[in-house]
Amino acid sequence: MIDTNMSLQIPDFTLSPRVDQVGVEERAKRFATRSIKTSSKVYLLKLALNMIDLTTLEGKDSEGKVKQLCYKAQHLHDNYPGLPTVAAVCVYPSMVRIAKKALGNSGIKVAAVATAFPSGQAPKDVKIKDTKYAVSEGADEIDMVISRGKFLEGDYNFVFDEIAEIKEACGTARLKVILETGELVTYDKVRRASDIAMYAGADFIKTSTGKIQPAATMPVTLVMLEAIRDFYYKTGKKIAMKPAGGISKAKLAVHYLVMLQETLGQGWMNNEWFRFGASSLANDVLMQLEKERTGIYQSGNYFSID
Amino acid sequence: MASISKTIKKNKQSVAPLLEGSGMIEYAPAPESKSSAKINAKYDLFINGKFEKPLSKKYFDTINPATEEKISTVAEANAADVDRAVKAARNAYNKVWSKMPAKERAKYIYRIARMIQERARELAIIETMDGGKPIRESRDIDVPIAANHFFYYAGWADKLQYAYPNKKIESLGVAGQIIPWNFPLLMAAWKIAPALATGNTVVLKPAETTPLTALKLAEIIQESDLPPGVVNIITGAGATGAAIVNHPDINKIAFTGSTDVGKIIQRAVAGTNKKITLELGGKAANIIFDDAPLDQAVEGVINGIFFNQGHVCCAGSRLFVQESVYKIVLQKLKDRLATLIVGDPLDKNTDIGAINSKQQMDNIHKYLKIGEKEGAEMYQTQCILPKKGFFMPPTLFTNVAQSSRIAQEEIFGPVLTIQTFRTDDEVIEKANNTPYGLSAGVWTDKGSKIFNLTTKMRAGVVWANTYNKFDPTSPFGGYKESGFGREGGLHGLSAYLNV
Repeated sequence: MIDTNMSLQIPDFTLSPRVDQVGVEERAKRFATRSIKTSSKVYLLKLALNMIDLTTLEGKDSEGKVKQLCYKAQHLHDNYPGLPTVAAVCVYPSMVRIAKKALGNSGIKVAAVATAFPSGQAPKDVKIKDTKYAVSEGADEIDMVISRGKFLEGDYNFVFDEIAEIKEACGTARLKVILETGELVTYDKVRRASDIAMYAGADFIKTSTGKIQPAATMPVTLVMLEAIRDFYYKTGKKIAMKPAGGISKAKLAVHYLVMLQETLGQGWMNNEWFRFGASSLANDVLMQLEKERTGIYQSGNYFSID
Repeated sequence: MASISKTIKKNKQSVAPLLEGSGMIEYAPAPESKSSAKINAKYDLFINGKFEKPLSKKYFDTINPATEEKISTVAEANAADVDRAVKAARNAYNKVWSKMPAKERAKYIYRIARMIQERARELAIIETMDGGKPIRESRDIDVPIAANHFFYYAGWADKLQYAYPNKKIESLGVAGQIIPWNFPLLMAAWKIAPALATGNTVVLKPAETTPLTALKLAEIIQESDLPPGVVNIITGAGATGAAIVNHPDINKIAFTGSTDVGKIIQRAVAGTNKKITLELGGKAANIIFDDAPLDQAVEGVINGIFFNQGHVCCAGSRLFVQESVYKIVLQKLKDRLATLIVGDPLDKNTDIGAINSKQQMDNIHKYLKIGEKEGAEMYQTQCILPKKGFFMPPTLFTNVAQSSRIAQEEIFGPVLTIQTFRTDDEVIEKANNTPYGLSAGVWTDKGSKIFNLTTKMRAGVVWANTYNKFDPTSPFGGYKESGFGREGGLHGLSAYLNV
């Protein structure tokens, strides 16, 4: 047992724990060598499906596109009985109302990217307005971006306050804080940004917008999971994790789940505490599930592409 | 910023551990198939390029420590057999190997390296079956590094003069090599490759509990058309080893094993012309400072002590943690321990395999009892162990003092002792306060601290922010009772040359 009797003042983020690049990459690789067989695999694949934030974030998104995506979210593959749905549909604020209506009472959440996604280059009051608008339209979850420029300048107070104010604007909606790790570059910075986000009130920390390469990687996600673990041991508070972008294969998703289980344990192995931000992952998972069920791979033509 | 701090409530309760004591989803067994490993029912002695029946007429069984089932029967060489092997080696040295142009020697060594690579899977499976180590390790570490040693020293064979410019160099003659059971194939490679590259011939004896991969290597050597007698591989126990050490026509003894046996060998060799290198036991300190990348340090500690069930002479068996981070490091260690899978070594998911032998298992248990009697607190994970075979859970001891026997003596098993320290000087003193000096590990984010420690640590290898990394280009060897002489790298050549 770890005592958490230290007073919970906001720490000095320049003292965030350091990360050894070689070590963390080596550890991340180890998870991928776990060999997962049949029954555990089917369990993990279904779990992965249930953790997906099915996403469309394009300038060309239209009402029709969003409606189709919402239908897919509820009917991933009707040929396969008993499949779970995805966790959420992730759209721009302007599409929240449409998605909300299309999803009805399916239990699938609507997540909206706000705060001048993906760059975050807008004044704070605009970002707050953006957030409040998305919430008022019915968003259950808000995916915000941090001000990477300010972060890299070392203005951690600004980044911290901004997250905290957005959190306030979220009301009851859960807040996902996107670090855009591809722009932070080093694991040390990812760790520091994770700490800032969690102390400032994030419900989730999320790797990427999906608009910058590299997006989510296993080592970056591991660094964030370890930050979540340390935060939990310090405060007793659970924070959720969402790797996003670049996870399009079922096999990779299973590796992530192995990593999650061996880092944070069973308590995180559900979609309240872990999400995949992905658009094309679902179909690959479905293909693998069908393969496990029928013994044969089916062509992509059998899986809808909404 | 202060106005925001209200978002986090003050929490004075204890927090439940995340992984410690909790179950994991099971990965389902993923065993490597035994079918691709061809093991004969009986092995003779490899002398002069042929498998010869032992003059002793005796054989002994080798078992799989994970199942306690017999795998094969191997010959037991007596003094007469050793004499035959030495004569073959001497003959090959005089007539062929010492006269062969160096670049031709190199070709043979390269060929052996490539053949090891080609048969990597089979060698890995046999290594795991015979010794109990997880297939993940024999596949990813033992076999590839063994091949790399042959590749590396093949490169040196015709460049020796560049290693010793303006010096006259000559090979020694016949090398008698005795290797341990913890890395059977890898140690054979460490010994044979530099000896051949420098123009010596070899009589090698693998350990009696793990002779099979060395015999497989004998088959490879036979297929490689290496001239008969250049490498002779004979099996047996202590008496066979003694016959090698005491044979008058051997020029060099290379031994890796326990410090006790090392002392006996050195006494036997004293007063003779034999050159000697010894790579013996260890009780390495692994030191975590409060500014270290803790999660990676914990991973390094796990890798340092539980690699190959702790049957590693350079295992980081004494952990020193700076007091300010002790609690969190211990929690992280326990969490990580909960994810280690102990079981069938052939399963690709196994992290900790079988203890090498009943004898070693008893020895480790003896130390667990000593530790408890000394008042140390023992912590073991609640993993389910296979019913048959020699298995034990990974073990931590806290509340350990420098004067505890478990912190002084080499246990050679998955047992870690944990002590705390306050200052740099204190930990340097404690780390060096041991008769051994093979290796050490330092974990800190501060470069200057690394250099300060590495210069003051009396250990052959000091790893910084990593542990148990091996490479053929890097020398390995000990201080004090951990032995002398270096293997690997440029330094490894001089053990087999008169310069």
